[in-house]
Amino acid sequence: MRDFEYEAPITLAAAIELAGKHNSSARMLAGGTDLIDQVRVGRLAPDMLIDVKKIAELNVLEHSSFGLRLGAAVPCYQVYGHCGIVSDYAALADSCRIIGGVQIQSRASVGGNLCNSGPAADSIPSLIALEAVALIAGPKGRREVAVEDFCTGPGKNVLAAGELLVELKFPARVANSGSHYRRFIPRNEMDIAVVGVGASVVLNDAKDKFVSARISLGAVAPTPLFAKAAGDGLAGQPVNDDSIAKAAAAAKVIAKPITDMRGTAEFRMHITGVLVERALKAAVARAKGEHVDCKVGH
Amino acid sequence: MATANKYKVIGTRPVRHDGVDKVTGRARYGADTKIQGMLYSAMLRSPHAHAKIKRLDTSKAEKLPGVRAVVTAKDLPDPGTRIAQLGEGAVCMAHLTRNVLAREKVLYKGHAIAAVAADNIHIAEEAVKLIEIEYEPLPVLLDVREAMKPSAIVLNDDVRCEEVGAGTTGSTPTNVAKHFHFEKGNVADGFAKAKVVVEREFVTGTVHQGYIEPHAATATWNPDGRVTIWCCTQGSFTVRQQCSELLGVPLGHIKVVPTEIGGGFGGKISVYLEPVAAALSKKSGKPVKLVMDRAAVLEATGPTPASYMKVKIGVDGDGKITAGTAYMAFDAGAFPGSPIGMAAMCAFACYDVPNGSVDGYDVCVNKPRTNAYRAPGATNGAFAVESVIDEICEKLKLDPLEFRAKNAAKEGTRRVDGPVFPRIGMWETVDYLKKSEHYSTPLPKPKFGGKVGRGVASGFWFNCGLKSAAFATVNTDGSVSLSLGTTDIGGSRASIAMQLAETLGLTATDINPNVVDTDAVGYNDVTGGSRVTFATGIAAYEAGEDIKRQMVQRAAVLWDVDPSQVSYDVATASLIGPGKNITFKALAEQVNHCGGPVIGRGFSSEANQGGSFGTHCVDVEVDPDTGKTQILRYTISQDVGTAVHPSYVEGQLQGGVVQGIGWALNEEYWYDDKGVMRNASYLDYRIPTIYDVPMIDTILVEVPDPEHPFGVRGVGEVPIVPPPAAVANAIANAVGVRMEKLPMSPPNLLKEILAGK
Repeated sequence: MRDFEYEAPITLAAAIELAGKHNSSARMLAGGTDLIDQVRVGRLAPDMLIDVKKIAELNVLEHSSFGLRLGAAVPCYQVYGHCGIVSDYAALADSCRIIGGVQIQSRASVGGNLCNSGPAADSIPSLIALEAVALIAGPKGRREVAVEDFCTGPGKNVLAAGELLVELKFPARVANSGSHYRRFIPRNEMDIAVVGVGASVVLNDAKDKFVSARISLGAVAPTPLFAKAAGDGLAGQPVNDDSIAKAAAAAKVIAKPITDMRGTAEFRMHITGVLVERALKAAVARAKGEHVDCKVGH
Repeated sequence: MATANKYKVIGTRPVRHDGVDKVTGRARYGADTKIQGMLYSAMLRSPHAHAKIKRLDTSKAEKLPGVRAVVTAKDLPDPGTRIAQLGEGAVCMAHLTRNVLAREKVLYKGHAIAAVAADNIHIAEEAVKLIEIEYEPLPVLLDVREAMKPSAIVLNDDVRCEEVGAGTTGSTPTNVAKHFHFEKGNVADGFAKAKVVVEREFVTGTVHQGYIEPHAATATWNPDGRVTIWCCTQGSFTVRQQCSELLGVPLGHIKVVPTEIGGGFGGKISVYLEPVAAALSKKSGKPVKLVMDRAAVLEATGPTPASYMKVKIGVDGDGKITAGTAYMAFDAGAFPGSPIGMAAMCAFACYDVPNGSVDGYDVCVNKPRTNAYRAPGATNGAFAVESVIDEICEKLKLDPLEFRAKNAAKEGTRRVDGPVFPRIGMWETVDYLKKSEHYSTPLPKPKFGGKVGRGVASGFWFNCGLKSAAFATVNTDGSVSLSLGTTDIGGSRASIAMQLAETLGLTATDINPNVVDTDAVGYNDVTGGSRVTFATGIAAYEAGEDIKRQMVQRAAVLWDVDPSQVSYDVATASLIGPGKNITFKALAEQVNHCGGPVIGRGFSSEANQGGSFGTHCVDVEVDPDTGKTQILRYTISQDVGTAVHPSYVEGQLQGGVVQGIGWALNEEYWYDDKGVMRNASYLDYRIPTIYDVPMIDTILVEVPDPEHPFGVRGVGEVPIVPPPAAVANAIANAVGVRMEKLPMSPPNLLKEILAGK
């Protein structure tokens, strides 16, 4: 491991200034659960680590009638420990509960998971399904990017040199809605998604028709995918197995999985369909106010 | 069949002597060694699976400030064609030294080439990047059947095929290092008598022992030519022998100090780092520490072979086996030495097979050189044989345990490879399992909405005796310090101390067992072959008998009587003379004044340990939409001989099963076409977690081994043998798909399920 400098600014402005000074040789450190490992194995060799955990704006966790604001450095355990998130943004809590073990969850942040931009990241499909928007700050000011447009390749994203993720903004939950994230892993814990699927649905008052739906896929392409057409196709459809199977078939169309040590392309394609169906059914159940028992590994 | 009441200490469950150190984190493992002035080191490993080394220049690395030494194969003496006897058989030194540091070629990704010692690990790692090396890549052989083709590129020019049994050796270079052929009866006649004959082909992947502790070695080479090595090894004496040969240092100039060991399972017998750390120390003049990272452990140590097998079994109308044949080709990795011989001997060992033949091949491929892994080779063979048997039982509508009871090998049964069994417990393991609550209970309902199934399978492992020696000294408070030379991997300090306590009539806590260095105890073979509680137990028993004789003499001095008038009473741990008696503890206080210190010694040499059998039952649930298998319930019935410490026996059985489940469901080296292992981490090389296995129920069948004073039988290895077959049979029962490939991972199983639809 090569030597590096460490700074822990307490203001956003100071962080941006530092980042600008070191340009692309600086890396932001939130929980560090990805970054430290990457530095240790030599995949990254930054000159400067900027610890963003002491910046107030990045620790915001605010749930109101306007929606949810989640600071980029808020660790996972705070997410699934927050009653409002568990009830209104259930998919996000699902993700945070299965990222690593307790020790990792105590450090790792959703913002860090997004900025690491791994194709198999467990939180990103939930962020997409829940319509999250990334608030980015940099030397040229602030901008907002929809999460589905954030990642550009494995480990790559829209952040320019000197920019950092400040927070994730979510719209308020609407009535008769529910969401869910699930992944397929060969083991039951401590594993990485072979396929991950996020889904959120809005039902009509009678709860027998879809008003709208958002479906997202992880680990089946260089970036997490937003299966927009598959979700849009559900609008106005009856809530039944047939509609859900059609949505799953439509979602599979955009998947471009590869064959690797975690599964063959054919396997991933098949699992994508299976998981979209299961995720939609769980989201529907939540929209109906039913309890969804997320069994280990399933 | 419980033997517990027969003994005072044996069969009880005292807290292990090394327990406090281990649960408080005070126990010192391989990487915990720290010595004043110690250097840290890093290795250059090959990025190629097969290549010639055209040029190797370490000069830039040597010039980096903080670098104290760089070594390559040139720093190890060339052993030529020497074959060395290293305790457990002949070792080709040309291959061993080339595995430690590559010479002309690299033969697998991760093959060690050079090492740098520096003031800290970061400098050492930077220096490794400065080593200039030029490769000429060669075609990569990963598949055992490809490597056996006459047209295949040959990995090692010096390898000729040895026809074991015939005693002949081929004349041309080949990847096929050995061919075993065993035969019994008349195979053609046997199959002619069969009502049902099933023949199937099986493929298994490369798997690793999966010990949690990475290899680590620290060495000092003193100016007087004396070398001390601290390492986590299964055999300090074999490390001493290997290093003596590899470094050209007299055996007596090397002291090996074994640290605690965080798992070995057969993978920590051969040396990797020890001679390199010593060579770096010689060159730098300082102590040097060398530790592997996880990727190096997976890419360059272990593993156990991938295999291709074809098994054919015939059964008559009465459900009796009439004939069986097996063809088994195992990949040895880069150098010869897969456990194919043992695999071939174990293949049909559970059964009375009147007519049989087994052909086994040891084949070099561009993977790390394979090493022993818990019942080496037997698990592969059992997967094939037990799967075929299950299919036959299904065809003949026979209960699989009835079938096993009917065909079980017994005392007097001759194995296909020749030997006749002594008293063994195969039939008993089946009988106990048949009567178990698990087997008598109908399959549970699905827990996750999938399909449930049940499978059974049996397995055999030889167990071995080899050589052990122990010293025991009586302290003045009546405690006894016991010096052992066999690494404690599975609770053997406790199990051996208990045998000494039983011998002397003391308690387990009266004994202080210590694993000591190679200068402090007599010669011991490795901790392996499920032999330590058996053989070192005999050594401790003999040391106890020796102590008894000496205590009798001391009492005779104390009482001024003839020793023949004194006897040792084990029941009360006291010495009884004419009208007198004295307890062991009271006499211990006085021995130094009435004859001198009492030092017992004992050894065991090649005691003939009987084999061990196990029969397993597993319930699984398969998700037919994803191919994922959950283990719902698992029971193991095993002949464990006398269970010295039942908790540790149960632990061995459970541990073996868990490793077998990992092998069955997910573990596999995943190679790309360039021979690069793409899953060299515990994220993607999936050993089971606690969420993946239920509590493993154990049935301890105690058939005492007549070769041991307390009837001890090795228990550690055979529990890994049946699980892949048992799980495969359960999957077949659940979803009607017979898996002929390991692992039965979700992608592999789903493919078969979908093909079956």
